[in-house]
Amino acid sequence: MTATTAETYEAKRGSATRPRYGSMSRDRQWALRWSYFFLVLFAIFFLTPPIYMIITSLKSSAEISAATSPWWVYHPTLSNYKELLGSSQYLIYFRNSAMVSICVVTVTMLISIPAAFALARMRFWGSTALATGVFLTYLVPDSLLFIPLFKMFAVFNEWTGIQLLNKWYCLLLVYPTLTVPFCTWILIGYFASIPKELDEAALMDGANYRQILLRVFIPVALPGLIAATIFAFTVSWAQFLYPLALTTSADQLVLPVGIITSLIKGDVFNWGQIMTGALLGALPPLVIYAFLMDYYIAGLTAGATKG
Amino acid sequence: MAQVSLRKVVKRYESIQVVHGIDLDIADSEFVVLVGPSGCGKSTTLRMIAGLEEISDGEISVDGDVVNDVPPKDRDMAMVFQNYALYPHMTVYENMSFGLRLKKFPKEEIKRRVAEAARILDIEDLLERKPRQLSGGQRQRVAMGRAIVRNPKVFLFDEPLSNLDAKLRVQMRTEIKRVHQKVKTTTVYVTHDQVEAMTLADRVVVMNKGIIEQIGAPNFLYHSPATRFVAGFIGSPAMNFIPCKLEAAGDGLTMRLDKVSFAIPAERVARYKAFAGKDLTFGIRPEHLTDAHPNGTKNVAQFDAAIEVVEPMGHETMVFFTVNGAEVCARVDPNSGAKTGSPLKMAIQLDHMHLIDNSSGKVL
Repeated sequence: MTATTAETYEAKRGSATRPRYGSMSRDRQWALRWSYFFLVLFAIFFLTPPIYMIITSLKSSAEISAATSPWWVYHPTLSNYKELLGSSQYLIYFRNSAMVSICVVTVTMLISIPAAFALARMRFWGSTALATGVFLTYLVPDSLLFIPLFKMFAVFNEWTGIQLLNKWYCLLLVYPTLTVPFCTWILIGYFASIPKELDEAALMDGANYRQILLRVFIPVALPGLIAATIFAFTVSWAQFLYPLALTTSADQLVLPVGIITSLIKGDVFNWGQIMTGALLGALPPLVIYAFLMDYYIAGLTAGATKG
Repeated sequence: MAQVSLRKVVKRYESIQVVHGIDLDIADSEFVVLVGPSGCGKSTTLRMIAGLEEISDGEISVDGDVVNDVPPKDRDMAMVFQNYALYPHMTVYENMSFGLRLKKFPKEEIKRRVAEAARILDIEDLLERKPRQLSGGQRQRVAMGRAIVRNPKVFLFDEPLSNLDAKLRVQMRTEIKRVHQKVKTTTVYVTHDQVEAMTLADRVVVMNKGIIEQIGAPNFLYHSPATRFVAGFIGSPAMNFIPCKLEAAGDGLTMRLDKVSFAIPAERVARYKAFAGKDLTFGIRPEHLTDAHPNGTKNVAQFDAAIEVVEPMGHETMVFFTVNGAEVCARVDPNSGAKTGSPLKMAIQLDHMHLIDNSSGKVL
């Protein structure tokens, strides 16, 4: 009799408590289902174009224009890769892009790091307004800026006789207008999250501001610097409008513009090579992302909260 | 080692003045503690000595040389911060040697000094570790080590123990005292904890609202506070303050607390005579307010108290009751039989009493 009562009690207790835990795990299950649903949806959305590019790059021109399924390669070929990598033109575009991107990243870091340090740490008259101003310049779209910039280079040529238009290195002056403000902004946030006592400790230890920057801030803020570097590199590598407007000679073009101008002849689109060129062009940023992904994510979040 | 002097030092943040012209002389090798509630200006004063805050007015000098415009790196002072402020990317050895490396000391000398400091602080095994691999107490030792290796003129401590748990705080307190006894460097130490101030200091500087209330040796401040603020701030549990009225009684004086009144000890009558007839505040520390013993000594006044709360602590018992509207705490013998709700005969040791002027807050 006693045992039965106890069992009944257990059963009652079980039925009373179980739904609570059940509902919690059910909530979690639904949250996970929805998460996966949207993740898969976004993955499909973002991966379809590169997959389509890979498929197309492995097809011959005849197969591309044939009425077969665009999502399957019936006669895979590497001819597009061979032709593109064998053409000196493509390698010149690649070299120009690499030169421009590496130089822009270097210039950006040389300006942004000291600028962010000064704006984050050395309180001076107008520093807050200047910090906001730096970010506001980033908000001006490049589609508005390329005409005045073109005009500026032309006027500069008239005055000094130095030709900057149609030279790849004119991009070294233009791209930092995009990269410096944003990188400075990222780094201000990052530097500001470093406890104030750290630079005060360094000051007491006998460091000057240059030493504080080089020996304390840069090593401590390394993830932030990597985030800024990746951003500057990606922007320089993928920029299209400025090089399209400011460079025209085949030997001065960078990759994104070069592919379009040399592989589209009138109304003839060499789709196989365009896709191959774009895929190969996407490799350097991809490699950099893959190596620095952990730092990049840490860099973007670490500046946001203290600690 | 050095002498540090502050003359009429003022700190203003735009229109708000936080330090109101303080004067302080710190002798060579002295351990001075600045203590006070938060916002009293003690940390600001320390940071002005360090050079991390500009001085709005007045003068700070080290060994007679005015250092108002000398940057922190040239003041030859070392500071230990509340949150340790260790360089997270450097090992303990690199943290401790950073200042010496900046000054381009020979490698052998750096090695020798770090080893010596590590030995004093017992952190020799930690030299290759990064700060994140250390506990709070170890980090604080490293921060102290960083200060010691530089062999500076002055040590500055900004609430260095506030982030540690109670047990470790007591341990580190002793450690700091031991280190000071060994290196004998002039030290300025800021804390809001009056126990830390009392235990560490040669002299305590009690600050309140940007002014110095009183400077003195710990025992002197405890027994002879100059103001009601100091009397209430130093000592734990705090001094009891009870409203009272001083009345003339022939040649002597009596003090009336609500229904009871006591004769003021004869040796104090002259001191208090001028205040006869005034409403004052009577101050007495809990240890001078005890359970009455049959063979009471001289200058002891007895009264009955209705005990409201009893807190046994083992070696003593704290009892709480109300006198003249003020809550009063007393320390009684654990065997006194104090019980909540029952009366207990209490004795006030009038030799330790204080009378405070209500308008000026000064102890008479």
